[in-house]
Amino acid sequence: MKTAQQIARDVRSGESSAQSELDASLAAIRGRNEELNVFLYVDEAGARAAAAAIDEKVAKGDAVGPLAGVPIAIKDNMCQVGIPTTCSSKILEGWRPPYNATVIDRLVAAGAVPVGKTNLDEFAMGSSTENSAFGPTRNPLDPSRVPGGSSGGSAAAVAADMTPIALGSDTGGSIRQPAALCGLVGVKPSYGLVSRYGLIAFASSLDQIGPFSKTVMDSAILLETIAGHDPMDSTSLPEPAPSLSAHVEDGVVGKRIALVRELIEGADADVVASVNRAVEALKDAGASIIEISIPELHLGLSAYYLIAPAEASSNLARYDGVRFGLRVDAEDVEAMNTATRTAGFGAEVKRRIMLGTYALSAGYFDAYYGQALKVRTQMINAFQRAYAQADLLIGATAPSVAFPFGSKTSNPMAMYLSDVFTIPTNLAGEAAISVPFGTGEAGLPTGVQLLGPGRSEAQLFAAARVLELAEVGS
Amino acid sequence: MTEALRREDVAHVAKLARLSLSEEELELYTEQLGQILEHANDMSTLDLEGVVPTAHPFGLINVVRDDIVRLSLSRDVVLAMAPDAEDGRFAVPRIMGEAP
Repeated sequence: MKTAQQIARDVRSGESSAQSELDASLAAIRGRNEELNVFLYVDEAGARAAAAAIDEKVAKGDAVGPLAGVPIAIKDNMCQVGIPTTCSSKILEGWRPPYNATVIDRLVAAGAVPVGKTNLDEFAMGSSTENSAFGPTRNPLDPSRVPGGSSGGSAAAVAADMTPIALGSDTGGSIRQPAALCGLVGVKPSYGLVSRYGLIAFASSLDQIGPFSKTVMDSAILLETIAGHDPMDSTSLPEPAPSLSAHVEDGVVGKRIALVRELIEGADADVVASVNRAVEALKDAGASIIEISIPELHLGLSAYYLIAPAEASSNLARYDGVRFGLRVDAEDVEAMNTATRTAGFGAEVKRRIMLGTYALSAGYFDAYYGQALKVRTQMINAFQRAYAQADLLIGATAPSVAFPFGSKTSNPMAMYLSDVFTIPTNLAGEAAISVPFGTGEAGLPTGVQLLGPGRSEAQLFAAARVLELAEVGS
Repeated sequence: MTEALRREDVAHVAKLARLSLSEEELELYTEQLGQILEHANDMSTLDLEGVVPTAHPFGLINVVRDDIVRLSLSRDVVLAMAPDAEDGRFAVPRIMGEAP
């Protein structure tokens, strides 16, 4: 399949058309969606109209954007006017948003063609898409295994060549981990870089929207398209989008990159071997490599699994059967709220709401939530010390390659450990990218993670590109 | 610092969160939430006296916009999403109990 960059170039030059690119995308979706359960909704009519409009502009000689005619998949926790948006939850089944997320408006303005909404773990809580109320997504590279999660549908859409790019959201690793398990590039941007207006909230101090793609360049183009200040999101950084695609070929000469012991500890041997090989490739390209230890990273999982559920328990209080979504009738309001939430939420969402409610409840607040917020400070300080020694950090994205269905569903802690290497970046509000590098068990892809301080995306893309060149040579 | 999670704690939290749990779910969640909280106890051994808590990565400050009237979603559009609406308002089952 062509990259987004190639499609946009061909559509602009008239060598191809948005409509024929869309036809290829829709054909790929028809071919494998039933088997893989990637898209929950395909907006064929809307996509055809958008593609026709692009072709008309090109024919008239009007300017079209950097993603002209590029089909894109959207994780189903982002609002698009009139398109069912479910968060893979029964509680939102059938709901159609009356407004667009800012990222949708920016994509459309750039000429992209949103083709549909992809499956996720319910409310983005999970690491395998097995928590979707509408069935799991299968990994296109091995359908007996998970694609990762929570943005498993968006990752699978790109891995199965249904669309060249997709949007996901990353609260504790939900873009990077599925990118690693599906052999893709996936980026968790700095907190505030991308507007979250219209992203259905899970944990507001952690959530960020970011790109999936097969190539580093495509993620850079997509991220610079959706980034930049948005007055509709008060947490959005007060500055325009940075230039990213212009820095992809910057290289790593003279960059200091630190291999972090805690970011490979406990990973499978095949994953560690890929990280070590990536370190060599960066060194060969002119980076200076050091090895460091950041012991505070050990506490990330514990802090995250109190902070994220605490915020979720508050954010998900809005699903009460009053203003939108499901209602299960009962004799009074409280009974109706309870009946609605009990019927509408799945097991993992209930588990996290209860965990968060407990962590915030009288008598436990200081011991759990309060302590977790202090650990978060320690984590930020530890990263700052690391970035005094190194420009970027490197480690694994996930502890293993894609795992088989059902292998972690009975033990929540085992599933949570899938995110042990990705969580610290979210807690610190910083940036990280997962790059496909090497293969492991059963020939499945392994992901290498590069981490940087806030607003380091340009450097991360440049380093990721070095790994891409070392791996695929183009 | 923290004692083991009890079944009645889980029942209480479920009530606060407006969730109704079966006996089996209570059993399962008591065990699973207990395991997660036990893992979190690795933080309890730390001396974090005097560490400033971080609730938000950039120390969120209030953001205000100019007080200019602008369009928002119309009432009809918003009420059309509601499970039940009546006379331009959201409709819900009764809130007050019977008088004693």
